[in-house]
Amino acid sequence: MRHPPGTEEVVHTYGNEAQPRVGFFTDTSVCIGCKACEVACKEWNVIPEDGLVWTGESYDHTSALGANSWRHVAFVEQQVPLRADDDADTDAMRWLMSSDVCKHCTHAACLDVCPTGSLFRTEFGTVVVQEDICNGCGYCVPACPFGVLDKRHLPTAEREEDGRVWKCTLCYDRLKGGHEPACAKACPTDSIQFGELDELRARADARLDKLQKEGWNGAQLYGRDPDDGVGGFGAFFLLLDEPEVYGLPPDPVVTTKHLPEMWRTAAIAAGALVAGVLGAFIGGSR
Amino acid sequence: MSESITAVGTEMRSYYGRPILKEPVWQPEIPWYFFTGGLAGASSVLGLAGRAAGNQPLAKAGLYLSMAGEAVSPALLISDLGRPERFLNMLRVFKVTSPMSVGSWILATSGGATSLATGLEVLDRAPRLKVLAEAVSALLGAPLSVYTATLVSDTAIPVWHEARRELPFVFAASSAASAGAAATAVLPPADAGPARRLAVGGVAAGSVAMLAMQARLGRLGEPYHQGEAGRYHAISKVCTAAGAVLLSRRARRSRLAAVAGGALVLAGEAALRWSVFGAGFQSARDPKYVVEAQRSRIAKAS
Repeated sequence: MRHPPGTEEVVHTYGNEAQPRVGFFTDTSVCIGCKACEVACKEWNVIPEDGLVWTGESYDHTSALGANSWRHVAFVEQQVPLRADDDADTDAMRWLMSSDVCKHCTHAACLDVCPTGSLFRTEFGTVVVQEDICNGCGYCVPACPFGVLDKRHLPTAEREEDGRVWKCTLCYDRLKGGHEPACAKACPTDSIQFGELDELRARADARLDKLQKEGWNGAQLYGRDPDDGVGGFGAFFLLLDEPEVYGLPPDPVVTTKHLPEMWRTAAIAAGALVAGVLGAFIGGSR
Repeated sequence: MSESITAVGTEMRSYYGRPILKEPVWQPEIPWYFFTGGLAGASSVLGLAGRAAGNQPLAKAGLYLSMAGEAVSPALLISDLGRPERFLNMLRVFKVTSPMSVGSWILATSGGATSLATGLEVLDRAPRLKVLAEAVSALLGAPLSVYTATLVSDTAIPVWHEARRELPFVFAASSAASAGAAATAVLPPADAGPARRLAVGGVAAGSVAMLAMQARLGRLGEPYHQGEAGRYHAISKVCTAAGAVLLSRRARRSRLAAVAGGALVLAGEAALRWSVFGAGFQSARDPKYVVEAQRSRIAKAS
């Protein structure tokens, strides 16, 4: 078995309807932590309120992406100067903010493991859950290397619990109408940039180059590289520290990368089980 | 929050100690299904082997045990769904990239075959068709016993994914032990020889596979010694060992020992499924397993 096809092979199957692959470049160096993205996302996608909690973790009271939070602004307070050459002020503090979102991976584990075909690759190369098909089996939840997807436990009009899995759709409905996603539209500093992925990558490279020349501490691109463990993100980031500081995995790998090997192992184990049963008859059939 | 996590220096760094991965949303139905599905699959193999060897009581026991497991399993799985009324969506596609999709088809097909064989056995009709149905059920029995290991390995959970080379053997052995133990418990000792040997052999093979898995996991395998997963792991070891000793020493002559030993092994194998299940949750909860494994991978590559 070959590795499951990536974004390009799938989008190609749309024929005339295929669109250039789009995504987000989230430049956290200009994020001001206003959370307009979180609010715009909730409003546009009619995501229910899931409780108001005071965490005490800087200005972050959303805490993580989930079924009811498709954008999440992380806040990190550090005793680190913003510029690497700034050693005059040892008490310097910096406040990192970053708006996290579904990565719309080139090789998406959630999509690979979905047993109903509810999760699918759109003509824009994005990954979307079809809410009329999802039966809430929950397989995608632990399959995602970023912990993006989750089951919605909130009640609906008809039932005690929604029971389906929800995540960022990259505003599939808005894309269909030729509009940019709600979060990018609402972002006042262009920290969230929407566009064709190739163009975003070029823009990100230029931005990283500039920040590095200016000596910004820890500036790095995350998820830009098409050769990484998930084949590159459709929504990638410019971070100012290591990914784990923002709650992101430093080296995510799509779990189905090892699936051919896993199926082989399963076949051998199944054979061993049969051999074991037959072996139990060696001492006699009674 | 884990104590090993701090925000500064060379220690592992994290976002307020919060998890990177989501814990699975699966409920207690799932570890029970690992158990009932494994029991059903291995029982159908044992039953057909008994049929071929001319041990009719064993063949019948294997078939009925398989039927019991196959009857309970879909109910457990459907009950776990967030939208149980949409369970048929599992069969709207077949995806080799999704062990759950492959498993749904295996369970649906083997369930049909086992039901047919059981019906014909009860009615004492169409013996050839019955054996054919038993053969289909047995052919799918081993995959049914093992695919659940592939299913959990095919996630981002470190304690499951990094155990992908050993976990199918742990589940295969556990299924074999369960089937052997259940058949031993329901059969007269005179007919239960192969079942007894399968139970004892399954327990032995399972402990070897478990040791190999833990050696591979190293520090990632910590959850098997902590919390709920640790408790189930300990219960599993004690019950399976005691059951295997009882089965191998006493069950040849004593029906009571056969029932007690079989029950102990079954309890131990159920506990094993619970420990594997719980270890996954514990592994997802602590970001250190994700960050440390990935950081050491990066260090090795550069």
